[in-house]
Amino acid sequence: MKDMENVVLRGEKISFSYDGVKVLKDCSFSVRSKDFAAVVGSNGAGKSTLLKICLDLLKPDEGNIWLFEKPIDKFQEWDKIGYVPQRILNLNLGFPATVEEVVSLPLHITNKLKNLSKKDKINLTDKALKAVGMENYKKRLIGRLSAGQQQRIFIAKALISSPKLLFLDEPTTGIDNETEEDFYNLIYKLNKEEGITIVMVTHDYTDIKSMVSRVIQISDGSISESIHNVEDGDIR
Amino acid sequence: MIEAFQYEFMQRAFIAGIMVAITCPLIGIFIVLKRLSMIGDTLSHASLAGVAAGMLWGFYPFWGALIFSVIGALAIERLRKTFSKYAEISNSIILSAGIGLAVVMIGLAKGFNTDLMGYMFGSIAAVNSQDILIMSLLSLIIIFSVIILHKKLFYIAFDEEGAQISGMAVNFLNMYLTILTGLTVVVAMRIVGIFMVSSMLVVPVAAAIQTGKGFIKTIFISVIFALISVIFGLIISYYLDIAPGGTIVLLSVSILIIVLIIKAIKKEK
Repeated sequence: MKDMENVVLRGEKISFSYDGVKVLKDCSFSVRSKDFAAVVGSNGAGKSTLLKICLDLLKPDEGNIWLFEKPIDKFQEWDKIGYVPQRILNLNLGFPATVEEVVSLPLHITNKLKNLSKKDKINLTDKALKAVGMENYKKRLIGRLSAGQQQRIFIAKALISSPKLLFLDEPTTGIDNETEEDFYNLIYKLNKEEGITIVMVTHDYTDIKSMVSRVIQISDGSISESIHNVEDGDIR
Repeated sequence: MIEAFQYEFMQRAFIAGIMVAITCPLIGIFIVLKRLSMIGDTLSHASLAGVAAGMLWGFYPFWGALIFSVIGALAIERLRKTFSKYAEISNSIILSAGIGLAVVMIGLAKGFNTDLMGYMFGSIAAVNSQDILIMSLLSLIIIFSVIILHKKLFYIAFDEEGAQISGMAVNFLNMYLTILTGLTVVVAMRIVGIFMVSSMLVVPVAAAIQTGKGFIKTIFISVIFALISVIFGLIISYYLDIAPGGTIVLLSVSILIIVLIIKAIKKEK
C-alpha cells in the first residue's frame, strides 16, 4: 500500500491503436508527487499519444488512467493540471494576441479562478510571467517573440492556475541549444522550488538526466520504468 | 448626405447596415482565427436555398434562410466528425447541397425575380420593418453570445487542446459558433447579399489583424472597419444607384489594401 502513496498519475494496462496498429500495449506506470518524470522513446514510439491519454484528449482502447487517485472520467479538478503543448511548430505567428491575453486565458475559464477580481487576475498574470522571466513582455504580440520566449509564455499560461502536475510535450522542439538549457533549468526550478510534479515527453533526455527522478521508457509499445536517483546519479 | 436619411427605407437600410457591421466581425474574428473562412460561403449558399424555398412555397424567405442556415451549420459539424481527417470536406458538401437545392427551387419557381436578386446581391430599398425586427433579434443573440463567450471562443481558437484540458465544453462551443455564423449570414444577407456575406465576415477582420494589435483591440478595429465600409457603402450606392453589397465589399477590400500599404511603408522605415 505504501507504494501507492502520493501517486498523482497512474496508468493501468493502457492499450491504444491508431487505425488498427497497436501503439501502446498493456502499459502501466505511475508518477509520484514532486517527481520529475521523463517520458522517453524514439520518434513514433507513442510518447505524445500516452500524454494525450493522460490528459483525456484520447481514450485508450483498454486500461485506465488515474489522476490524483481519481479515475480520469470522474476527475474534475483540471486546474490542478498544467499542459505545455509541442507548440512552436504549430503556432500561428499572425495570431492577434498579446502575451498578457494568452497567459490570462485560464483565469476566465476555470471555476476557481473566473470569479476573482480584475486586480487579482492582473496580479496572478504578473506573477506567472515573473516566474518564467517574461514580466517585461506583457503587451507584446505572442507571434513576435522568439521560439524560446513563446515556450516560456506557454509555461506561464500553464502555471497561472497553480497546477500541481505539469505535462510538457517535447517543449524544446524548435529551440536553440542555449535557450534549451535555460528552459530545462526553469522546469527544474519549478520542480524543486515550487514542488510541481513534472511529466515531460522528450525524445532525448541526455541533457536532463541529472534532473529527472523517474524515466518512463516506451519501446515497441511497452513501458519500462526506472527511478533515477539524483543523489548518486544511478538509474535503478 | 442628409437627404439620404430623409427616406424611411434609407433609415432602415442604415439600421440594418450597422447591425451587419457589428455582428459580422464579432463572429468573423473567430472563424478567421480558426481557419474556417470558407464556412461563411457554405452557410450563405445554404441560406440561398432557404430563400428560394420561401419564394417557391410562399412563406417569408427570411425564415427559410434562417432554417436552412441553422440546418447547414448543424450538418457541417456532424460531417466534420464523419470526415475528421478531411474537415474541410464538410464545407464543400453543404455548399454543394445548398447551391444544388437553390438552383432546383429557383427553376421550379420559374426563374429569378427582383426580390431574389435583392437577396443575392443586397438591396437598400428591400429592407422592410419585419426584416429589421428579425435582424435585431438575431443581432442581440449574436452580440450577447459573444460578450459572454468571447474568452472561451478565443481560447479554443488559440489552443483547442488546452481549452479541452481546462474542462471546457469545446464540442458544444464549436457547434454554437457555427450556429451563430449561420445567424450572422441571415442578418447580413439583406444588405450585402448572400454572395458577399462571407467577405464581410472575413475582410474587415483580415484588415484589423494586419494592424498588429491584441485580440480585444483587433475586434474593435474590425468593427470600425466594417462600420466605415457599410456606412459609406450605403451612401455611395444610394447616390450612384448601384448594388450596396458590392460597394460595401469593395470598400472593405480598399481598407485592407490601405492597411497593407501603411504596414509596408512602416516596415520600410
